[in-house]
Amino acid sequence: MTELLRVRGLNVVFSGFRAITELDFTVSGGELRFLIGPNGAGKTTLIDVITGLTRPASGSVRFAGTELLGRREHQIVRLGIGRTFQTSVVFEQLTVLENLDLAATFRRPLGTLLRRRRGIADQVAEALETTGLAELADRPAGVLSHGQRQWLEIGMLLAQRPSLLLLDEPVAGMSRDERARTGELLRQVAKEHTVIVVEHDMDFLRRFASTVTVLHEGRLLCEGTVAQVQADPRVQEVYLGRTRKESAELVKEAS
Amino acid sequence: MVGTAPAGPTRRRLAGPALFVAVGLLLVAVAPAVLSPFRLDLLGKYLCYAIVAVGIGLAWGRGGMLTLGQGVFFGLGGYAMGMHLKLREAGPGGLPDFMVWSGVESLPALWRPFANPVFALAMVVLLPVTVAVLLGLLVFRQRVRGAYFAVLSQALAAAFVILLVGQQGLTGGTNGLTNFQMFYGLDLYQPGDKRILYLVVVGVLGAMFLLAWQLSRSRFGQLLVAVRDGEDRVRFLGYEPAVVKTIAFAVSAGMAGIAGALFVPMVGLLSPANLGIVASLELLVGVAIGGRFSLAGAVGGALLVNYAKTIFSEESADNWIYLQGAMFVVVMLWAPRGLAGLAADLRTAVRHRRRRPPRSVPAPLPSGTAAVVANRAEEPA
Repeated sequence: MTELLRVRGLNVVFSGFRAITELDFTVSGGELRFLIGPNGAGKTTLIDVITGLTRPASGSVRFAGTELLGRREHQIVRLGIGRTFQTSVVFEQLTVLENLDLAATFRRPLGTLLRRRRGIADQVAEALETTGLAELADRPAGVLSHGQRQWLEIGMLLAQRPSLLLLDEPVAGMSRDERARTGELLRQVAKEHTVIVVEHDMDFLRRFASTVTVLHEGRLLCEGTVAQVQADPRVQEVYLGRTRKESAELVKEAS
Repeated sequence: MVGTAPAGPTRRRLAGPALFVAVGLLLVAVAPAVLSPFRLDLLGKYLCYAIVAVGIGLAWGRGGMLTLGQGVFFGLGGYAMGMHLKLREAGPGGLPDFMVWSGVESLPALWRPFANPVFALAMVVLLPVTVAVLLGLLVFRQRVRGAYFAVLSQALAAAFVILLVGQQGLTGGTNGLTNFQMFYGLDLYQPGDKRILYLVVVGVLGAMFLLAWQLSRSRFGQLLVAVRDGEDRVRFLGYEPAVVKTIAFAVSAGMAGIAGALFVPMVGLLSPANLGIVASLELLVGVAIGGRFSLAGAVGGALLVNYAKTIFSEESADNWIYLQGAMFVVVMLWAPRGLAGLAADLRTAVRHRRRRPPRSVPAPLPSGTAAVVANRAEEPA
């Protein structure tokens, strides 16, 4: 597999606080990678650095050979990296279809921007299909449920035709059914894209993760399959020191 | 129910253009026939303000940019035109009247190119657009928005007035530019010629309205709404929101400039009082009262407020400012979508009453939000 994302020697400092320290992190093309770690481990910070929201103190982030540091958010999107946020933000005044269509427009010639939308573009139709939102296409996004919003966000990413998707806690606050559906959606998306998922939910992790990277206090703790990671005593210790419930789950699973 | 269902949307789709044509006919055919030359001049002046209102509707209503300094762009367009008209009157080698009064002996270099009619016309649009683009890129890239942008735009209006007043010999100072007689071959003292000018204003308003309408239903318009509602999210759609906002701001500035240029011959004078903070706010108040989310509302509000201002000022000049303030407060508190919003609510209410019980229609949405959102979505006309 070819290397798609390559982070080297990354340091992020927030007014004295070291959010990320000397981090090396590599993701190959076609991978479905989970990023876990206790609160404050630097997971979201890493995503923010990759997508241009946060400027690191030093280091390098290369995507398919291109240095990302110093580029602005929209330029990074245009290179083919899309992301979602912990709290989903869709445009409530626009319909589901318009949200998807707008996400897909930047790859088209400028002239199409000045015209009215006619018909449905291929990638928009595909995104509607994949996310199962076809029936809600003409509804304003403001009426969607929390789960549907997350799917719409993922759909908007797909419509952008990115090569790397970064999902920040996609199942947070979802019901059991919604989690299962999101997992299926994730599997389907991962077939054709490289995906990095930040997730807290251990159950979700066990069911859908292939490779897991554990961060702790801004450093890389370990990396491997779900079983390997859960068996790692350092991981157990980190989670024991943090939240009881999650660490108990980890220990139970490992034994 | 099923059989009559398609009639609704079709009628609604035609309602906008029908209203546009009806208002157009009223302004083009009826108004010049029934109004005295004096009243027609006043209407022409209101229509100039309505052109600014269309731009404000685009920038504020769609783009969320509360621009309190639209008078600057109005003034830039107005002075560009005024300078040309003054030079035309003075003739080759002559000086505008106010320069003679303030002891200026040779024509300032800034004025010279404005003797050319084409240059002046180009500057009417280019000056405001250039200022708006520079300001927009500078301010929006730094992610200045909301109240900060509003205050900044207002400060710009204040600074512009100070600049104009201070340069007596160059700009006519507090008095501004006065005594215009000719406008591109039209004699401004002839009612017949004035009527032609009035029709030009109506035509320009119509064109600007259609331009703004097309822009707001295009993908660009949706992008603008998206920037208004979630600027940070738009970055992750692959767009720089600063650019999107700057384009809309520049278009609105260009419209204000054109309005200023038409205001000059229509009213016959232009002074800093026409474009300072108070004037800029008045432009905005009209749009707020009419309904900033609807272009028709913005135009209607500008006409209504300026008409009311004339009527009340004829009675007693002082009370108007209180009345205007009160109207603004009432609208902001109880009808933030303005008169157009109230009209849309009324239409929805009537339609719902007429259609009950809607058995073939899917179950109503969980909350009232859907209806509200739907109303907003269908407002552009």
